Amino acid sequence: MLCETCRVRVLVGLSGGVDSSVAAAMLLEEGHDVVAATMKLWGGSGDSGCCSVGDVDDARRVAARLGIDHHVFNFSEEFEQSVVVPYAKAHALGRTPNPCIECNRHLKFRRFLDRAVRLGFDAVATGHHARIANHGPDSLPRLLRGRDAAKDQSYVLSMLTVRELSKVLLPVGELTKPEVRSRAAALSLQTAAKPDSQEVCFIAAGPGQGPRERFLAERIELHPGRIVDHATGSVVGTVPAVELVTVGQRRGLGASASGPRYALEIDAASATVMVGSQDDLLTETVELIQRTWVQGPLPVGAVVLAQASAHGRPRPVTLTETGVRYLDGPGRRVAPGQTIALYTGDEVVGSGIAA
Amino acid sequence: MSTGDRDPTVYLDHAATTPMRAEAVAAMLPFLAGSFGNPSGSHRIARTARRALDDARETLAVLLGAHPGDVVFTSGGTEADNLAVFGIATGSGTALCSAVEHPAVLQACLAVGGSVVRVDRRGVVDLDMLVDQLDEKVRIVSVMLVNNETGVRQPLETVVALVRDRAPRALVHTDAVQAFSWLDVAAMTAGADLVSVSAHKFGGPKGVGVLVARDRATPLRPMLRGGPQERERRAGTQNVAGVVAMAAAAEANVRDREEASRRVLKLSTRLVEGILGAVPQVHEAVAPGLRIDAICNLGIEGVEGEELLMVLDELGVCASAGSACASGAIEPSHVLLAMGRSTEEAKHHVRLSLGHGTTQADIDSAVPAFAEAVERLRS
Repeated sequence: MLCETCRVRVLVGLSGGVDSSVAAAMLLEEGHDVVAATMKLWGGSGDSGCCSVGDVDDARRVAARLGIDHHVFNFSEEFEQSVVVPYAKAHALGRTPNPCIECNRHLKFRRFLDRAVRLGFDAVATGHHARIANHGPDSLPRLLRGRDAAKDQSYVLSMLTVRELSKVLLPVGELTKPEVRSRAAALSLQTAAKPDSQEVCFIAAGPGQGPRERFLAERIELHPGRIVDHATGSVVGTVPAVELVTVGQRRGLGASASGPRYALEIDAASATVMVGSQDDLLTETVELIQRTWVQGPLPVGAVVLAQASAHGRPRPVTLTETGVRYLDGPGRRVAPGQTIALYTGDEVVGSGIAA
Repeated sequence: MSTGDRDPTVYLDHAATTPMRAEAVAAMLPFLAGSFGNPSGSHRIARTARRALDDARETLAVLLGAHPGDVVFTSGGTEADNLAVFGIATGSGTALCSAVEHPAVLQACLAVGGSVVRVDRRGVVDLDMLVDQLDEKVRIVSVMLVNNETGVRQPLETVVALVRDRAPRALVHTDAVQAFSWLDVAAMTAGADLVSVSAHKFGGPKGVGVLVARDRATPLRPMLRGGPQERERRAGTQNVAGVVAMAAAAEANVRDREEASRRVLKLSTRLVEGILGAVPQVHEAVAPGLRIDAICNLGIEGVEGEELLMVLDELGVCASAGSACASGAIEPSHVLLAMGRSTEEAKHHVRLSLGHGTTQADIDSAVPAFAEAVERLRS
C-alpha cells in the first residue's frame, strides 16, 4: 500500500501527451523519486498515430526538461496479442470492442505495472483524469471520477481492482484540463498545447468509417450482409460489411414507413443485421460478462449507476445475477463488447462487458 | 573503462561506440580551428587541409591493405555499407548478403531487390546456401567479418573463393566495422573488393568512416553527387578533422592491437566465467571459439533484456541488447532470430562488449552487479 505523505519510487508512463507530462511534474513537486517510461505499442518507424516516434521524442524531451530519466519499453508484441488481435476477432463476431479498455487492462496496468514492480518501483502513475482515494496501509483504495467532469476517464479504468489501484497514482485527476494545460505552459513543457488523443490509436485518423474499414479488411474477412426486419422477418436491404455494423447504429440501414431503422442484433455467422424501430432497441436489462469489482462483489439487488460509454449518462440500475436491470425505465441496447462501468456516486465499484 | 574514482560507471558497450583515443583527439584539434581550410581549394589554407587529408588517406590505405586511391571517405560505417551495395548492385537479384548483416547492409540489399543467405544456429553463414544462391546475375555479395551483436567471425576467405569460382562477375564486400579494433583486417580482407570501417568503433570520432573500393569495384556509382571529391565516388567537402583523427586512431589501434587482444581475451574470459559461475541459468549465445573476445552475448532465462539493462544501468553498468528502433525501443535481435532463436528467446539476451580501456576492476565490478541485477529481477 502507498502512503500518501511518503516519498515513493514511481514509474510514470509518459505518453508524449500533456496529461502524463503534468502528472510527472506534479509527482516531482510532491517530492517523489520519479522515473519515466514510454510504452512502444504500435507502429514501425512511421510518424503517425499513438506512440509514434514523434510522441516518444516529445516524452523524452519532457523528461529531460523535468530532469528525470526516461526509458522506452517495447511492448508492441503484447499489444498486438492482447489488444489488436482481439479487436479484430471481436469485429469478426459482430461485436463492438473497446480497445482502449483492453490496453489499460493488459498493458498499462498489468504489463507495465508488473515490470515496474520487478524493477523495484512502489507505484506507477499515468495521466488519466480520475482519482484514487484512501491510499494507505489501513484501507482499500477507491477509484473516483476525475475532478473535471468533461474529461473524466474513470470509465476506461473501471476494470481496475484494489490489486492494481494500491500501486497506482493519478495526479492529474485532481485538476481540470485547463489547469493541466496552464501548468504545462508554466513549466514550458512542449506538450502544453498538444491536442487530446482521439479515436482508436492503432487506426490511422481519417473521416468516417474508411480508416476502420481499411484496417479491418487487412485482418479479417468482411462479408456483405442482409438487413432483416425483426418484426416481419423479411429482407429489407443489404450492408457492404456486416462486421462493421454496431448494435444501435442507424446510419446506412434505411428507413421503414414508421421511421428510421436501428440495428438490434448482428449475427456475423449468417451475415444478418436484425433491424427494428427505436422502441425495439429498448431493453430492461443488460447481460454482462467479464465482471470485475474494485473492492469486491456487490450483492444481487444492490442499486448502482451504470454508464455505457466514456461520457454516457449514468443510469440507476439494480444488480442481477448476470448483469444489471434499469430502474428508471428501459434503456437502449448496449452493443456487445462495450464496457459498462458501475458507480455509486462518483466512485467506480465495478465493470462488465455487454454480452 | 572506469571514468575515474568518483564515477563508478562500468562501460561494457564498446561495440556500440568506444571513447576517442587521446592521439585522435590531439590530431583533430588543429583542424577544428586553425587549419580550417577546404581541401578542394587552391590557396595556402586549403593546401594545408589537402595535405592532411592526403596523409590520412595514405596512412589508412596502408593500415587497410589498400591503395590510397581505393580509400573513399564516408560519413561512417552505414554510408560505407550503403555505398558498397547501392554503388554496385543494379537491381533485383544482383545482391546477396548474410542474414546477420548489420541493417546498413541488410536493408540496402533488400532495397535493391537482393536476397539473404541464411546462417546456421551458430550464426555462421551457410556456405551451401550461398553456393545455391550464387548465379551469373549476382553482382555483389556482402558478408561481414565480425558480427556486431554476437561477435561471430564469418569465413570471409572461403566466401571469396566460392564467389570467384561460382560467380566470377560478382564483387565481394565485407563490413569490417567490428573487426578493425581486434583483427588484422588488412590481411583478412585482402581478397575482398570492398571493405567498410567506421572510426568511432576504434577510437576515432563519430561521423566518419572509409569504404575501400579496389579496382574491380570501379566504377562505383555514387550516392551523393555534386562534386569531384573522392574521385566522384562521394561528393561533398571531406570531414578533414574527422578523417585526420580517424587515421591517428587507426595507427594507435594497429600499434596496440596484439597486446590489447591478449588483454581482452583474459578480461572477457574472466567476465563470462564470472557471470556463468555466479548466476544460474545463463548461457552464451555462441561458443567462445567462434567469436571475437570483445563481444559477449548472454541469454538469461526468466529475465528480459530490456529490464536487465535498466537494473544494470542503475547499478552503474552500461550494456545493450538487440538494436534500437527509431523510438529508442529495443527490437528483438534479427541476428538471434536468424540463428533460429524464437522472439521470446531473443528478448532474454544482452550484449556485453569490451574495449581497449576495459580494466580488470571493471570486470570485477560488473560480475557482482550482473548477479545482483538478475537476482532482483528473478525474485
